[in-house]
Amino acid sequence: MADQRAFPQGLVDEDPAAPTVADLYGELDADRTTEVMTVNIGPHHPATHGVLRLVVDLEGEVVRDLKPVIGYVHTGIEKSCEDKSYWKVIPFVERMDYVSYFFQMEAYCGAVERLIGLEIPPRAKYLRTIFLELNRIHSHLVWLGTTALDLGAISMLWYCFRERDRILDLFEMATGQRMHTRYFQVGGVIEDIPLGFEEKCRQFVHDMPIRVGQYEALLDRNEVFLQRTKGVGIVSHERLLDLGVTGPLLRAAGDPWDLRKAFDYLAYPEMDFKIPVGTVGDNYDRYRVRVAEMVESTKIIGQALEALPGGPFIADNRKYVLPPRSELSTSMESLIHHFKLVTEGFRVDPGEIYYAIEGPRGELGCFVLADGSAKPARVHFRDPSFVNLQSFRDMAKDSYVADMICSLGMLDPILGGVDR
Amino acid sequence: MEIERRSLESRQASARDMLRGDLEGEDLERYVEERVVTTTFEKMLNLARANSIFPLTFGLACCAIEAPISIVTARYDLARFGAEALRASPRQADLIILSGRVSIKMAPVVRRLYDQMLEPKWAISMGACSSSGGMFANYAVVQGADKFMPIDMHIPGCPPRPEAVMYGFNKLQRKIMGNPDQGWRRRYNALGTEEWARGGPASKPSIESTEAYELARELAVTEGPAGA
Amino acid sequence: MPDGPGLELLRGEIDVDAPGAVLATSYDKERATLIVDPARIVEILTWLRDKPGQGYRFLSSLHVADYLPAEPRFGVHYELLNRERVERLRVKAMLPAEGPEIDSVTPLFPTANFQEREAFDFFGVVFHGHPELTRILLPEDYVGWPQRRDFPVGGEPVTFTYSEERYG
Repeated sequence: MADQRAFPQGLVDEDPAAPTVADLYGELDADRTTEVMTVNIGPHHPATHGVLRLVVDLEGEVVRDLKPVIGYVHTGIEKSCEDKSYWKVIPFVERMDYVSYFFQMEAYCGAVERLIGLEIPPRAKYLRTIFLELNRIHSHLVWLGTTALDLGAISMLWYCFRERDRILDLFEMATGQRMHTRYFQVGGVIEDIPLGFEEKCRQFVHDMPIRVGQYEALLDRNEVFLQRTKGVGIVSHERLLDLGVTGPLLRAAGDPWDLRKAFDYLAYPEMDFKIPVGTVGDNYDRYRVRVAEMVESTKIIGQALEALPGGPFIADNRKYVLPPRSELSTSMESLIHHFKLVTEGFRVDPGEIYYAIEGPRGELGCFVLADGSAKPARVHFRDPSFVNLQSFRDMAKDSYVADMICSLGMLDPILGGVDR
Repeated sequence: MEIERRSLESRQASARDMLRGDLEGEDLERYVEERVVTTTFEKMLNLARANSIFPLTFGLACCAIEAPISIVTARYDLARFGAEALRASPRQADLIILSGRVSIKMAPVVRRLYDQMLEPKWAISMGACSSSGGMFANYAVVQGADKFMPIDMHIPGCPPRPEAVMYGFNKLQRKIMGNPDQGWRRRYNALGTEEWARGGPASKPSIESTEAYELARELAVTEGPAGA
Repeated sequence: MPDGPGLELLRGEIDVDAPGAVLATSYDKERATLIVDPARIVEILTWLRDKPGQGYRFLSSLHVADYLPAEPRFGVHYELLNRERVERLRVKAMLPAEGPEIDSVTPLFPTANFQEREAFDFFGVVFHGHPELTRILLPEDYVGWPQRRDFPVGGEPVTFTYSEERYG
């Protein structure tokens, strides 16, 4: 210890008078223990994908404990919904998880339809399926772009958002809005798809698997990406189930649990698609599962476009569904129905329902309690991001800070959905 | 074509002479007249400021997907207006875009971020939620970010399209170029909150800024709150 | 989902092991619900989870609803899922308006951690035995239980001062 020089040997001339490490810094304490330091990350931090705040106990560079602090975009949407009539709630629920708005609409509209026993026509089922799967790809693209950006692959952001803009063009074509489209309606969809939509959508379905192949070419042989994702953030399958984790995180651990297959809703029973599963459950598997899901989603869209049935796009029950615009000038009854629906809304008999669908992040459940009036007494969303976030501590514990950022990206929480 | 080439050559020659110091008399005067614009230092500074804005990488909710992320990507490309360099630290940024609803829990954080930014600084309130609370008139959302910080530009929409954000951004650039004093201190009753580096003689403010500071103080004391 | 007779059979089986714990059953909109004694909620959920042949091992969602004019007023809903048989079962425990409290199921289902905190945050339902029952989404110094039905929605009325000044 005594003859250890402060500078590596060979770099400087040997000088017996040169100071040793001990001279400069004092004798190193042999039984010195590393101090645990508590560090606050967020709520404003570019790597937290929103306004998530993490209180992290660090020992050197290793995460020893971690606590997510949430609620920074708590919007009180569930409370606002109680103050609106049933059909006015739809735009509110869309803004919960703001990259999977079609799923929120489907969960809510589906719950209300089951509450009032309204069957939706087959064309509406297929249209909903198409838009849900487009939205799933959109959500995964936003995830892939931002997560790869966190891991240093900045070009992924430009490529992913290029395809995202194509999806948004499709949304805009059919609904008039890029985000928060309010396209689904209790009883079906609000409008039929315009001319040319199918063709454009087919072109997208044709292009998307090629693009996914390009993403894989960029990432799958990228040594940095592999080193940072493989074997990182593993949580055992039992623990994931205990924590209520669903969606791609659970499937990456090898559990083929997908509500699209388990429960039949919309046009999914008629679709032929596979459920991608991982083997280990590390961050690399999570990435692979989501990328494979994008390809499966394009398959579903292609099949739904092929089999798209004709007929009405919304149910014909005038008690719950707005009459067509053309009837308003000829039929007094339609005018009355229209007036009643727009001013007061429809009433729903007392009852309660929990309806769950497979969102891009897992089981997205909607609980609606009706008290007989025209406004819901309670609308509650079981948001997958909120529940999945509990597993983040298990993922990031005893890993490096950099791996924690990677795990957070692969967890894919949307803070609007977490806080609602 | 030939004439164009000749004129180009002659211009190049005169520029070369100018650099060598060979240009004299009438030629020199004509050269200067053609190429030099006189303006005030202030205007030039504002031109530079408006075209080199560093926005803060800051997202709140839905609009965050559209504004800080989507407008820097290839289709919209904010780099055309010199604002592609997003900064994650508020101390390096001079524009904050409030993209989304501000909850009562987040409002102190946003205010703190704004306070940490160095002057001159600007704030865009993007979307209905941060401008007025939007559709979320309830217990959890601050009904308009105006309530706790000064806003220079409101962009309507829910969420606004990236084109709308860019239009608002161009408006902000014009505002910066045209009127260096935004007047927000008067609007928000914040006269006397200017930040001047003070302390040692090295950091002594210029005479103009000291005068402006004193004037502002005086106005605040004598005239009372703006709009009262 | 267990159908109507299946639900009654299930009730009969629970009554053998835990007599009196199930207060009522309801079968509505193809959804089965057990309404249970809130004091014995952990016992019931443990039975449903661990009894051979039941296996409701996955807690999908835990949420509270406020049935304001009714008494008991608060309903704590446990949406259970049997992944082998693909069956959902709702267990509901009704709590009184004054001092709603119930045993925590977090030791049983760790996923209930955040969801019980959320229920506490919004409705003031106290979960005994929860590891860390604090506010989760609202600021820690917030006063009140905002998602109860008698709590005002809040917000501000929109004023159209420009039009008022211009057109009276």
